[in-house]
Amino acid sequence: MNMICAINISFAEVTKILLTGFGETCLLFILTLVCALPLGLLVCFGSMSKFKPISWLMKTIVWIIRGTPLLLQIIVVFYGPGLLFDYPMRSRFIAVLIAFVINYACYFSEIYRGGILSVSKGQNEAAQVLGLTKSQTFFHVILPQVVKRIVPPMSNEIITLVKDTSLARIIGVIELITVAQQIVNNYVILWPLFYAGAFYLIFNGILTLLFGFIEKKMNYYKI
Amino acid sequence: MAILEVKGIKKSFDSTEVLKGIDFSVEKGEVVAIIGSSGSGKTTLLRCLNFLEFADEGTITVNGDVLYDGAAETLAKKKLRNNEKLLRKRRLHFGLVFQNFNLFPHKSVIANLTLAPILQFKSDVKAAKKAEAEAKRALKKATDPEEIARIKAELAAKAAHEYSSVEEIRAKALETLDRVGLLEKKDNYPCELSGGQQQRVAIARALVMNPDILCFDEPTSALDPELTGEVLKVIRELKDSDTTMIVVTHEMEFARDVADKVIYMANGVIEEEGTPAEVFGAPKSEKTKAFLSSRQNNG
Repeated sequence: MNMICAINISFAEVTKILLTGFGETCLLFILTLVCALPLGLLVCFGSMSKFKPISWLMKTIVWIIRGTPLLLQIIVVFYGPGLLFDYPMRSRFIAVLIAFVINYACYFSEIYRGGILSVSKGQNEAAQVLGLTKSQTFFHVILPQVVKRIVPPMSNEIITLVKDTSLARIIGVIELITVAQQIVNNYVILWPLFYAGAFYLIFNGILTLLFGFIEKKMNYYKI
Repeated sequence: MAILEVKGIKKSFDSTEVLKGIDFSVEKGEVVAIIGSSGSGKTTLLRCLNFLEFADEGTITVNGDVLYDGAAETLAKKKLRNNEKLLRKRRLHFGLVFQNFNLFPHKSVIANLTLAPILQFKSDVKAAKKAEAEAKRALKKATDPEEIARIKAELAAKAAHEYSSVEEIRAKALETLDRVGLLEKKDNYPCELSGGQQQRVAIARALVMNPDILCFDEPTSALDPELTGEVLKVIRELKDSDTTMIVVTHEMEFARDVADKVIYMANGVIEEEGTPAEVFGAPKSEKTKAFLSSRQNNG
């Protein structure tokens, strides 16, 4: 026991190691967001399409993705190509990113859909009789109102994403929790894990403030 | 010639026939009031005129041009409703003021007025630029002197054609806003206005598009009684400036005072049609009589 405790690690060193893991976490978070936000809109259009095969297909995909654990999806994306097509995934990070983007795009698509459905039909009709095209109506009339409505559910989902990034370690991507776990194992101390928790907490605190700011910014009109 | 001619309009929703053959015409500068109890098809008729619904049968003719032909539309497999450009062009013959205003809540009052014309202007400019570039390319390739002369003339004509500018659109919007007495509210948002003011903005928004015929779908029904006056006053003023209007209304007094022609609709047909004096003073149909007396009893 004494032997192990003799190999000590300082707070500064732990911070340094956790920061490298946190960098990876942030990268995964930002890339997922950048890809999943627009992809979610496409999925949303698909599931709202009047062309039935497309809408059924999209609804089925959303059902499967929302109905199964993200953990499992990461494993499927990483091992699936190798097992099924003999074409193994080269990058663990890319595999996790793909799984995250698909998963979050599906959740976002449902939030978008709710937002679009909540804009009254009258807005669409008013735009139509003024001669706006469908795309003009969407981008100038519907979407700005959707954005205002979806900020609260979106912030909820995005905060969940921050914490979900820790699932990446299931296939060995080195992120915040992975490095914290390594320190715990190597030095038989528990506190770096809680310290890692603080990273998430602070990051989410900043996001919460940011979303609160956005919500306030959009309060210049009422619906 | 009548500015608007409607012939044999029929419309069913599933198995319910809402319009059972509507014929009427409107002269330029005329105000037509459509009255009738709820469910008589008044609103559906207006929506058919604005192509928010597509009539199953019948024709809509404006200034002699057939804008819509239900039979042809059915034969051509919904040709018009899938042709966005054409539909947009035809729609703009009509303006529509909704019962619940439908202003864009995220746009200021002036932006509500200018949104559609500015977008239209921008897409016009884009199309013109594209056409010009194409003509210039054709000019480079052309060898035949006649062809060159023709393209050059075309280009010159385009250069002479004056596009309105965003400033002009804005100026016109401000002028229109002044007409409905809300110039000082130009930078406010709809949620900051009273219902009556919102409806006046909605009227201004429709006017900016220069429709041939302005339609109103129960413009005062969503308003508190003390606010209906300001909206009706604006409609009266529009009549004085020769705007052609079709007003679906429950305000009998207003219909009597302002309309040149009153149409009473019941169960999807025009039950009676005539001057206000004829319809209100000496109704011929029993149904009209019953409707009018029920209205009077209700105050």
